[in-house]
Amino acid sequence: MSALTGEAAVRRALERVLTSGADSADALLVEDDSVEARMRGDEIDFVKQARERTLGMRAFVRGPRGLRSAITSTSDLAPEAIDALAGETVALARATAEDAAAGLPEDGFARDLPDLELLDSEDRRVSVEARLEDARRAEAAARASDPRIVNSEGSQVESAFSRVTYANSAGFLAGYEAASHALFCEPVAEQNGAMQRDWWLTAGRRLAGLEDPAAVGRRAAELAVRRLGARRVPTAEVPVIFEPRTARSLLGHLAACVNGGAVYRQSSFLGDRLGEIVASERLTVVDDGRRPGGLGSRPFDGEGQPTRRTQVLERGRLSSWLLDTYSARKLGLRSTGNALRGPGGAPTPGPSNLWIEPGDASAEQILAETERGLLVTELIGMGFDPVSGDYSRGAAGLWIEDGRIVHAVEEITIAGHLGEMLAAIDRVGNDLAWFGPIAAPTLRVARMTVAGE
Amino acid sequence: MSDRTGSDRPLAFFRDRFGLDERNLASTLGTALERRVDAADLFFEHTTRDQVALEEGIVKQGDRHVEQGVGVRVQAGERQGYAHSDEITVESLRVAAATARAISARAGSAEPVAVRGTLAPCHDLYPVEHAPTDAPVERKVDLLGEMDAFARSLDPRVRQVMASVVSEHRHVLVVASDGTLAGDVRPLVRLNVQVIVADASGRRREIGYQGLGGRYELERLLEPERWRPLVAEAVRVATLNLEAEPCPAGTLDVVLGPGWPGILLHEAIGHGLEGDFNRKKTSAFSGRLGQRVAAQGVTVVDDGTLPERRGSLNVDDEGTPTRRNVLIENGVLVGYMQDRLNARLTGVPPTGNGRRESYAHLPLPRMTNTFMLAGRDEPTEILRSVKRGIYAVSFGGGQVDITSGKFVFTASEAYRIEDGRVGAPLKRATLIGNGPDVLLRVSRIGHDLRLDDGVGTCGKDGQLVPVGVGLPTLRIDGLTVGGTEG
Repeated sequence: MSALTGEAAVRRALERVLTSGADSADALLVEDDSVEARMRGDEIDFVKQARERTLGMRAFVRGPRGLRSAITSTSDLAPEAIDALAGETVALARATAEDAAAGLPEDGFARDLPDLELLDSEDRRVSVEARLEDARRAEAAARASDPRIVNSEGSQVESAFSRVTYANSAGFLAGYEAASHALFCEPVAEQNGAMQRDWWLTAGRRLAGLEDPAAVGRRAAELAVRRLGARRVPTAEVPVIFEPRTARSLLGHLAACVNGGAVYRQSSFLGDRLGEIVASERLTVVDDGRRPGGLGSRPFDGEGQPTRRTQVLERGRLSSWLLDTYSARKLGLRSTGNALRGPGGAPTPGPSNLWIEPGDASAEQILAETERGLLVTELIGMGFDPVSGDYSRGAAGLWIEDGRIVHAVEEITIAGHLGEMLAAIDRVGNDLAWFGPIAAPTLRVARMTVAGE
Repeated sequence: MSDRTGSDRPLAFFRDRFGLDERNLASTLGTALERRVDAADLFFEHTTRDQVALEEGIVKQGDRHVEQGVGVRVQAGERQGYAHSDEITVESLRVAAATARAISARAGSAEPVAVRGTLAPCHDLYPVEHAPTDAPVERKVDLLGEMDAFARSLDPRVRQVMASVVSEHRHVLVVASDGTLAGDVRPLVRLNVQVIVADASGRRREIGYQGLGGRYELERLLEPERWRPLVAEAVRVATLNLEAEPCPAGTLDVVLGPGWPGILLHEAIGHGLEGDFNRKKTSAFSGRLGQRVAAQGVTVVDDGTLPERRGSLNVDDEGTPTRRNVLIENGVLVGYMQDRLNARLTGVPPTGNGRRESYAHLPLPRMTNTFMLAGRDEPTEILRSVKRGIYAVSFGGGQVDITSGKFVFTASEAYRIEDGRVGAPLKRATLIGNGPDVLLRVSRIGHDLRLDDGVGTCGKDGQLVPVGVGLPTLRIDGLTVGGTEG
């Protein structure tokens, strides 16, 4: 028999998990069509086209002390394959322990499904050739903008269209469509035999909302050239400025520490600080799953709960965790509609669109007010530990003397403790920039250890 | 499935399951080649993956995932066209082949492609009697429960234990226009344990992590003499970190312990020696073959043929048999790692390093098991030789900027060295260096080469593949250490 699609696949999985002996269940289908392509110089590097569908199902089996559960997924959507996996899901659930916090949400399922501007239907007509032309223009602009741009890792475009269908045994069945488009340009600059790369990215739900490809190429080239002549600096304690591209990584670390899963597992250094001041009063952090056109927007979360706006930090005060149903039950709270879920995994709490509210200083002003310090343009390595809050990462950037950039810096590290860093933020820029679902403006941390020579 | 590793097993698997035969494979390749192209190939995959995880003393959930699909690739010069589908049918193959060939505008003549009826012979590095995904879930549940109880019995400061057992069974089949027909059946298992400890105040918390795995039967992980030391080690590292002092910042001499610190080789030089960056001339190592890139005595190899190792493969994901490739010989750069595309474009043979995360990804040149051969120095003597420095025994993760050559990695267990003596444990320190010169700073090489425990995963272009690393005790002079203490 041929493969099922859409609601038919989800209904079949749900029905078969229940008839196999589950007391409650849910099913999630994600259908993706995508194209990805890269130009290097004026040559095509690759063109990739794909159609992918993955069906996930979850079974709950009641016991005296709670529910047992299992989750399975498959890309084989033939009815007989779905039926067989449904049986295995229930068998697997029976082998696990009873858990009093497990189970579907009792109520509060999304009723309204607002149009969040996740798709422009015109964009479905876009051809691979048109997207390749965008990449070609970015690549050409990068290479033409400076003689020191001699090479590149290429300019890459992506367009993906997806359809999400979710149903559970509490009677919820809904779906939505979304698209995402991106253009990423990564040129290589060379001077005196040393090479430096950098990148610029534009991404969004609508092609019309993307930056002009030539502007992306020029911006990426400027950034790569700016890194030429980089050198180390002596070890020092100085103010450190994070531009939006790197500031968003700090917000990502904070997101990991306000994640309900980390909190109930006692693996967040912020775990017992709800309601307390944990950061500079200049910091207000918002999560909003219904931001129109947002790359993290969706009308309902991975458990059918309506997405919403949640204030995470309010002028430095920790005002909410990000919760799914399970972590909320563990903590005696209610879900914040932040269940993230792919078809191949269980729901876990996570950010939707998460950002730091912009301040009023421009990036230029913040730089001018910094007598001596570091502007971080790139961070590498995995040197953040949410359990202790210790932070230590490899960095590259620009050295500041007398409020002006004097040279590029590389092969250094910056280190501190995330809690102390958040408390020491003394400037917040007005330049909030969206490269993905997590976004931040320019931030300045008053003092950090920069390790070099 | 309890069949032995008959060499035609992958072929029979796809033939029985999806009705593929030599004729429709040949005709798909023919469709892909209907334009002027250099090569075409098909990659079939069927993967089953299980995970059972414990937290808060109970196994709350079991997972099982099945992934299947096919990728069709066409190459014309430097161009690659790729289409993949999770449906493995003759019709979906035809559509994918027509999509992939669109990168070549010029029409050519469709030569019939000969596809052999049997698989090319290759290594048999990880034969298993039983697929690890067929092991009864109850055994895994019991194992995790015992691990939890054992961890808590070791130290009252243990607050949380998270443990998981992951098993995977993957069938792959590669058919290429040069007549290649190759397949592989790849078991992979892994046991993980994470322990969170807190001091008496409950304010200071630290984590300890250990893992173990490889391409072998799941049964082996169930043996107490294998999992008990693993759990004990996670508890030891977590409690040690409760006592750790702030790490110094600045340039220091560093001694790396044997085994997992081989991640240094992977990040600092391994990625820079992958064929794609060197063809594009965007690596800090481009054009440096024959030059000295490491101190005398330093020999680094990438070897995909080690039995049962996590990074090993019988054939790579393009059907090329894996082999032992010497990258640096006695300090001199002698080889890069290649997939078929980059080998063809640079006029060298492929080295068995063409790997992909799944059928949904294009192959890239990737590492397998990367390690430095043993030297002659006594490890205790190496430590004694350092006046002031750091002894880094284990690491979390690392990353490299291939173009500038700068790399970092973060220690999860490290100690101060003062006057040749190992002193207090230090908080997580990030080490940063310059790939092209870090191995020139090697001043001592221990005789104690060790491979890691089988937990490495490497990411490149968003694709994750299992890898291995290895290192003898090593002294490196003058690395930047990113602590907080001036």
